[in-house]
Amino acid sequence: MNTDHLMHMLNQIAVNLAAQGEATAVAETAQHVVDFWDPRMKAGLFAADLTPLSPIARAAVDQLIAAHA
Amino acid sequence: MGYEPQADFGTPPSSAETLVTLTIDGRSVTVPEGTSVMRAAAEIGGAIPKLCATDNVEAFGSCRMCLVEVEGMRGLPASCTTPVRQGLVVKTQTPRLEKIRRGVMELYISDHPLDCLTCSANNDCELQDTAAQVGLRDVRYGYTGDNHLGAATDTSNPYFDFDASKCIVCSRCVRACEEVQGTFALTIEGRGFGSKVSAGAKLDDFMSSDCVSCGACVQACPTATLNEKAVKDIGKPERSVITTCAYCGVGCTFRAEMRGEQLVRMVPWKDGKANRGHSCVKGRFAWGYANHADRITKPMIRDAITQPWREVSWEEAMTFTAARLQKIKAEHGARALGGITSSRCTNEEVFVVQKLVRGGFGSNNVDTCARVCHSPTGFGLSKTFGTSAGTQDFDSVEDSDVMLVIGANPTDGHPVFASRMKKRLRQGAKLIVVDPRRIDLVRSPHVEAQHHLALQPGTNVAVLTAMAHTIVTEGLAAEDFIRERCDWDEYQDWARFVSDPRHSPEMLEAVTRVPAADLRAAARLYATGGNGAIYYGLGVTEHSQGTSTVMAIANLAMVTGNIGRPGVGVNPLRGQNNVQGACDMGSFPHELSGYRHISDKATRAMFETEWGVALDSEPGLRIPNMLDAAVDGTFRALYIQGEDILQSDPNTHHVAAGLAAMECVIVHDLFLNETANYAHVFLPGSTFLEKTGTFTNAERRIQMVRRVMDPANGYEDWEVTQLLANALGLNWDYTHASQIMDEVARLTPSFAGVSHAHLDAAGSLQWPVNETHPEGSPIMHVDGFVRGRGKFVVTDYIPTDEKTGPRFPLLLTTGRILSQYNVGAQTRRTANTAWHEEDVLEIHPTDAENRGLKSGDWVRLASRAGETTLRALVTDRVAPGVVYTTFHHPTTQANVVTTENSDWATNCPEYKVTAVQVSPSNGASEWQVEYEAQTQQARRIAKEAAE
Repeated sequence: MNTDHLMHMLNQIAVNLAAQGEATAVAETAQHVVDFWDPRMKAGLFAADLTPLSPIARAAVDQLIAAHA
Repeated sequence: MGYEPQADFGTPPSSAETLVTLTIDGRSVTVPEGTSVMRAAAEIGGAIPKLCATDNVEAFGSCRMCLVEVEGMRGLPASCTTPVRQGLVVKTQTPRLEKIRRGVMELYISDHPLDCLTCSANNDCELQDTAAQVGLRDVRYGYTGDNHLGAATDTSNPYFDFDASKCIVCSRCVRACEEVQGTFALTIEGRGFGSKVSAGAKLDDFMSSDCVSCGACVQACPTATLNEKAVKDIGKPERSVITTCAYCGVGCTFRAEMRGEQLVRMVPWKDGKANRGHSCVKGRFAWGYANHADRITKPMIRDAITQPWREVSWEEAMTFTAARLQKIKAEHGARALGGITSSRCTNEEVFVVQKLVRGGFGSNNVDTCARVCHSPTGFGLSKTFGTSAGTQDFDSVEDSDVMLVIGANPTDGHPVFASRMKKRLRQGAKLIVVDPRRIDLVRSPHVEAQHHLALQPGTNVAVLTAMAHTIVTEGLAAEDFIRERCDWDEYQDWARFVSDPRHSPEMLEAVTRVPAADLRAAARLYATGGNGAIYYGLGVTEHSQGTSTVMAIANLAMVTGNIGRPGVGVNPLRGQNNVQGACDMGSFPHELSGYRHISDKATRAMFETEWGVALDSEPGLRIPNMLDAAVDGTFRALYIQGEDILQSDPNTHHVAAGLAAMECVIVHDLFLNETANYAHVFLPGSTFLEKTGTFTNAERRIQMVRRVMDPANGYEDWEVTQLLANALGLNWDYTHASQIMDEVARLTPSFAGVSHAHLDAAGSLQWPVNETHPEGSPIMHVDGFVRGRGKFVVTDYIPTDEKTGPRFPLLLTTGRILSQYNVGAQTRRTANTAWHEEDVLEIHPTDAENRGLKSGDWVRLASRAGETTLRALVTDRVAPGVVYTTFHHPTTQANVVTTENSDWATNCPEYKVTAVQVSPSNGASEWQVEYEAQTQQARRIAKEAAE
């Protein structure tokens, strides 16, 4: 999958949830990926360079990676 | 049933709860207070002669045929305008009355053509029936006096004629246009003998008037004056079948009136609970596509999209398709396959497509066209209220005091419901319109919005947050309701957020371009004006913040306590006929029917047991993700039932690239649509007239679709899906669509009580239909929210990534027009093209002048995604800086211009905001020329096979 597109999607989710407070936003961003992303999208995300991600999006991915470990 | 006209009680019913008992012709009758004597008589089977009365419109009292004698009352009152009273004693048939009626009828007939035997309304004419009813045997005045027999016939409307020589000037058509449709296109011109029905236009014909061709006048006419051309051509119907319209989400029910296997006309069914006897130009008249010459009725296949199509047997088509799918699955895995269900198909057909994808293909890569329209509604309302659907029935509008219409254009998109809205507005309800365009509702005959908030496209959340700010900071919140029904802590968090001064109307005015004072006044009206109902459409959902806007709307309804009773609520106006149903049936890649997540083990187990297969526990791809994955090479086969994603989905170039990359595209449709240019298999589909099943409309109302003729292709659509399933070895054995609904009911709690038999008995049912609500649920969240406590969600305004700039300084927003529907596949193949034969670009006079443009000029419309050309229409309906077009015609293909931007939560495309430039043009764009050539190539059918 196009990783730029995945990064953009994740940042967009994170910024829209940010107003709910950081902890909630991180958890909900991570849950959104779990609930709505196809496995190849998740795999693409985990394999990508996460530099373009916002702090909330990055924290959400870290949470997901930790859960998969 | 055999052919019988619909019962006509003469005057509308009364909704009063107090009952009144009176005596009519010696028989006692008890009816609600406010009922007319005419209707009371009809209720007990009496038939008082009438001509100007019909129960779709208020009593008028002009024809003098319905006079009655009332004990103790002087004179002979008209029964249509005389309300019942306790103890009234009425006589409807006396020698005196009979004599007067015959005399009046004599006068009518003295100025009426005596051509009954050759008249198109022969044996279906109220004038003829009434003449017989009153025993008219003679016309003493002769027929040689002044008369109207030479009056011309207006044939300008493509669907009906107006033969003025047969008009009795009863005003039923005029009143239907006013009271039922609310257009006020007709009037009675002149006085006395010179009185005539007039369309009020310069040419005084229907086509050049304000008439919207809804058919209400035709239905109201008691003679052959206004009559369908089809009746003239084919003859009087001989039977009728009740079925449901296949156009918008209003879900009108019609009597399909047949002669043999030929459909003569579609007449709105008075008992239809969604439309209450009304219709629009699409449902009433635009069904001719079913027999259009473009219809493909034989399966076709080809090895590559560069080849011509080859017509084959169903068996060969299925063998070919199954082999391709199995090969792809073997080489690339189940997740390389997927399908798209259709909101134009029945619930049963949708259900089996998603079943085929999940249980047969082995992936959850199933999605539906709601992805590009109301997917944010499902997400947003589920999060806040606990159900992915609107809260009210359509009848609820009759109790509304304030309507907030945001991002919807009901008079074009949902015209039959718009008529009911207008009726309520004429009765005094207030209206707030939030829309960048001056839609018709803002100002139309006898309707004027109190507030039109003409916001900058893309700022819905900012406007709604500013309204919430006003309500909370001015102390207008319904705290009792919130404490009782919602999560109080979440409310307080939300209230703090919206109260922040940065969310005030004054601070946000620079973003929204809505004057703060106007916005504050609108917020106060919604919060304090009585029952407040919110109606919204795709102008809410098709944004990068579509889901946030839906949740902001839900917040607004909760903070004002406008939930859980008639007259209030959150009402998404669904675009297509079965968008609600397609979503209910498990069309989204992350959830099974009834909105249950695919990861839920217990739910999955139910389906696995019923279907005898193991299901993937991971969510599948959404449509835009499918196209991305196709370009990447991991998604290779797609079964598309009843959708044309090449024309309807955004960024046409990207859609084309995705389709072109696939090895097996199966298009199951009525016509070789634009997507079929990229297909390897074409499976001919059936129209709504040729199938049995159910549609679910915007008010969660499940209604029967009944087969009135055999499918031209030989199979109903669910049968075609079953053929494919069985070619893949799945051994399905449905023999009737009702068995599919039975399976849905077994697997879906909100449909537990639904069956075709129950629908036949009840007429329609609004889900949930279960043990608690065995006859359905007209209004949701009456005693509490489905999710428990209503959830306030903080929704921050995040500007879209789509920015105007020097290259693309204007904002394009897209929508639909009354006479056309979606990609136009159906309506373009009807006479509706008389109203809209091409898409045009609306542009403000200032923007047009800056570019040297005038109406009718060809213009180039360009964005960073692509460009097309179309004609300009200069109008101040759009604000400066905003342009607007429709997407009904593939020759324009507005979606060449729209981008891949989408809603953050659902990937619903941001159709409503595209930065564009408009410039003069002298003809078709390079893309249009190339596409035309490609289409001609792609639609070739090999001659030897075709012959």
